[in-house]
Amino acid sequence: MEAISTLAEISGADQIKFGANISAGFAYGLAAIGPGIGIGYLVGQAVQAMARQPESAGMVRTTMFLGIAFTEALALIGFVVFILLKFA
Amino acid sequence: MVSNVNVVFGLDFPAISEVLIWPDILPGLNKIALISIVSVIATTALFVVAGRRDPLVAPRGARNVAEASIDFIEDGVVMQTMGPSGLGWTPFLLTMFFFIFLNNITGIIPTFQMPATARMAIPAFLALLVWVLYNGAGIKHQGLGGYLKSSLFPPGVPKALYILVTPIELISTFLVRPFSLAVRLFANMLAGHILLVTFAVLTQALFVGAWYAVFLPLPFIMLVFLTGFEVLVAFLQAYIFTILTAVYIGGAVHPEH
Repeated sequence: MEAISTLAEISGADQIKFGANISAGFAYGLAAIGPGIGIGYLVGQAVQAMARQPESAGMVRTTMFLGIAFTEALALIGFVVFILLKFA
Repeated sequence: MVSNVNVVFGLDFPAISEVLIWPDILPGLNKIALISIVSVIATTALFVVAGRRDPLVAPRGARNVAEASIDFIEDGVVMQTMGPSGLGWTPFLLTMFFFIFLNNITGIIPTFQMPATARMAIPAFLALLVWVLYNGAGIKHQGLGGYLKSSLFPPGVPKALYILVTPIELISTFLVRPFSLAVRLFANMLAGHILLVTFAVLTQALFVGAWYAVFLPLPFIMLVFLTGFEVLVAFLQAYIFTILTAVYIGGAVHPEH
């Protein structure tokens, strides 16, 4: 309740800043959920593939890093959104 | 209350401009430019020194490093993605790997303490360079029409689906690729830098004569751990940037049939 009454008292520009600061945290937090699950699953499957066929470990590793790079990009875009909301 | 946005739990956290923007040492030359110049000189010096050694003697020192890195790029990057016909790209990928790695690793070297790639200029330029190169290589090898056809109309797709596939391929090949290359490198190094700053500030804030100084080891251990982790990230990001470049060039030169 106190936060809401404080929010009502402050002016328009400050209110935008207030909203941006709060949503900045959510932007990164929400953006990290999907890639977190994705990278975990991806690396787990890659480890399984390497354990089953150690001779193809080199190829699996290269492909794994590629997959991580693509999956991770989503979280990093969320991080950039966080920076933009918080500081820009 | 709202105006003091940088005070987190009563902790005086430095503003982002303080962490990332450096004053000019000479006109037009700040720390970031200095780091990239140093990394260019270091890479050049390494290979000049390595190349001048007698090739018949067993390698040691600089030549050992140079040979190991060439092996790594040839076996780990080029052969895995482009095959033997892509070996001509090794010098480019090797210099790019070293440039990015040295720019990244300055984030944990004392007195530098700033990864030059945590500012958008260097990743953006490198991504543009890669964009021009893989499109240029594709047009050179397949001709403009052939390159556009193989990249926009991938074979093996039912005709009706091209309405969906072609716009997606257009956006992903020509817009998202350079953007994600630049943002991946930039955001990884920026995130690492901010993490190090956060734990360094915490450690410093707890370095006092009050009772809560008993928590001092926690952020300090984390800081040491993260410094080691940043070495891994610096290497991994340089590797990923290089391997993605190789994949893009390989895909443009030899499309799937």
